Amino acid sequence: MSTVDADSMIHAAGLRKSFGSFEAVRGIDVDVRRGEAFGFLGPNGAGKSSTMRMVAAVSPVSGGTLRILGMDPATDGPQIRARIGVCPQEDTLDTEITVRENLYIYGRYFGLPRKEVRERVDELLEFVQLTEKAGAMVEDLSGGMKRRLTIARSLINRPEVLLLDEPTTGLDPQARHVVWDRLFRLRQQGVTLVLTSHYMDEVEQLCSRLVVMDKGVIVAEGSPLGLIAEHSTREVAELRFAVGENESAAGKVEDLADRVEVLPDRLLLYTADGEETVAKVHERGLEPVATLVRRSTLEDVFLRLTGRTLVD
Amino acid sequence: MAAPSPSTAPANDLAGAGRLFDYWLIVYRRTWKGSAISSFVNPLFYVLAMGVLLGDYIAGDPGQLEGATSYLAFIAPGLLAGQAMQTTFGETTYPVMGMIKWQRVYFGMTASPLSVRSVILGHLGFVMFRVGLACGVFVLVMAPFGVFETVWGAVLAFLVQFLVGLAFATPIFAFSAGLKDESAFALVFRLGMIPLFLFSGAFFPIENLDGWMQVLARATPLWHGVDLTRMLTLDTVDGSAALVHVVYLVVLALLGWLWAVRRLGRRLMS
Repeated sequence: MSTVDADSMIHAAGLRKSFGSFEAVRGIDVDVRRGEAFGFLGPNGAGKSSTMRMVAAVSPVSGGTLRILGMDPATDGPQIRARIGVCPQEDTLDTEITVRENLYIYGRYFGLPRKEVRERVDELLEFVQLTEKAGAMVEDLSGGMKRRLTIARSLINRPEVLLLDEPTTGLDPQARHVVWDRLFRLRQQGVTLVLTSHYMDEVEQLCSRLVVMDKGVIVAEGSPLGLIAEHSTREVAELRFAVGENESAAGKVEDLADRVEVLPDRLLLYTADGEETVAKVHERGLEPVATLVRRSTLEDVFLRLTGRTLVD
Repeated sequence: MAAPSPSTAPANDLAGAGRLFDYWLIVYRRTWKGSAISSFVNPLFYVLAMGVLLGDYIAGDPGQLEGATSYLAFIAPGLLAGQAMQTTFGETTYPVMGMIKWQRVYFGMTASPLSVRSVILGHLGFVMFRVGLACGVFVLVMAPFGVFETVWGAVLAFLVQFLVGLAFATPIFAFSAGLKDESAFALVFRLGMIPLFLFSGAFFPIENLDGWMQVLARATPLWHGVDLTRMLTLDTVDGSAALVHVVYLVVLALLGWLWAVRRLGRRLMS
């Protein structure tokens, strides 16, 4: 595909990253278009963060092709970084200065005039609901507030692409929802979002398209619903038996589902109709300690593709 | 509303460092009270204790004191260069590690259009500001004591402190930028900075050192800084010796710069 295409935000072909003899990214192809919300889903160590750092033009490419906004990070790193926003996995805020000062100085790094930066800071504080905390030291903020401040900071240059590396890792559920709400608004405003996550619900909620990564390669690509339809069944019946009985129970229900996964603590029966499957299990005289019927998720897709769960 | 200004990449590394001015200004406004004690008060304690009180017991013999007519006039340039060195050590050790490891502020800077070189230049600019302030105050306070033979000597002695500062700043910055943890800093101060301060000709003529000790003292950057400063304050400039001092300090600063760019680059942009 053409790399001078104005709507091509990220184009990667055969992209690789090695650290010494360790290959973190082993040849991936990715294309992200303007206005998309694109996700990299995978467990820790899948190569998501290494990919993101290359895309953010702060980590040299070890092999393959990478173009960000049509530019090569090897030669145009500063030009690329001027036009993207980055919300890194670990905070890089100066915790000993105020919330407002953190945003202000960051705007200055992008060569923006002081007056304009001050106006943008006020707007962004409003957007991430930190106006009341403007004068607070960053070290006094909660984890969720710091995340929102980092997101605000990443927007100070009105980026064409916003990169978010594990945006809600380490946050409590309530704080996560506040962050998701803000990101969803950005998506609606047409900002191109690229995020990594090992939470399938985060990717399902925010992304229109995603790739599933494992051990440095892409194992599947599609929309959240498309991937579920392609790699899983409509529903899942989860059966929990007494300790040590899951394995033996699996053999007795194998024929009731398209597929059965044995996890350390439960059985997953992949089936079109979960309730019906549970009823049949009971008809066979099996008495699980607990049952749960749910829709298939990206977690199931990952399990199917790799034989492992996303979060260990 | 007016059209938003485009965010841009800086024209060069120096312009990028200029964009860090507001950050360092905020940092200074937050920390100046703490640094004022070490910058202004401690050197004056040295002047009083060593120069005035201890100096009372030492004959002001120019033949023994490299041309100084009093012990105070002898150690004033030594204390000045020592001040430049100590300020630099303080600003390029723990703060550099904090910016990489604890607060990770440098990572935020290089995620913007700023380069690793701009980040280092910005930090060095701040260190030079601190050196200039501390040494400037020292020179002004010492002037009434008659330790400067000429006004120009005092001005040049002051300016030389930027060179002394840089000659320490770049290599120590580089060293700090590659460290995994802060435990080495205690050694840097106790086995590096303090012996340098004590044995590099600030407090006694290094001719007093025997054999290899004197050779070692003459090889240290602080001795070159002290001797250069002293020539200027006592108006005893020896052109060729001064040139050797300047070249030594410039070369050290440049080698340190190259090392710093490499070490910090590896840390931030791997």
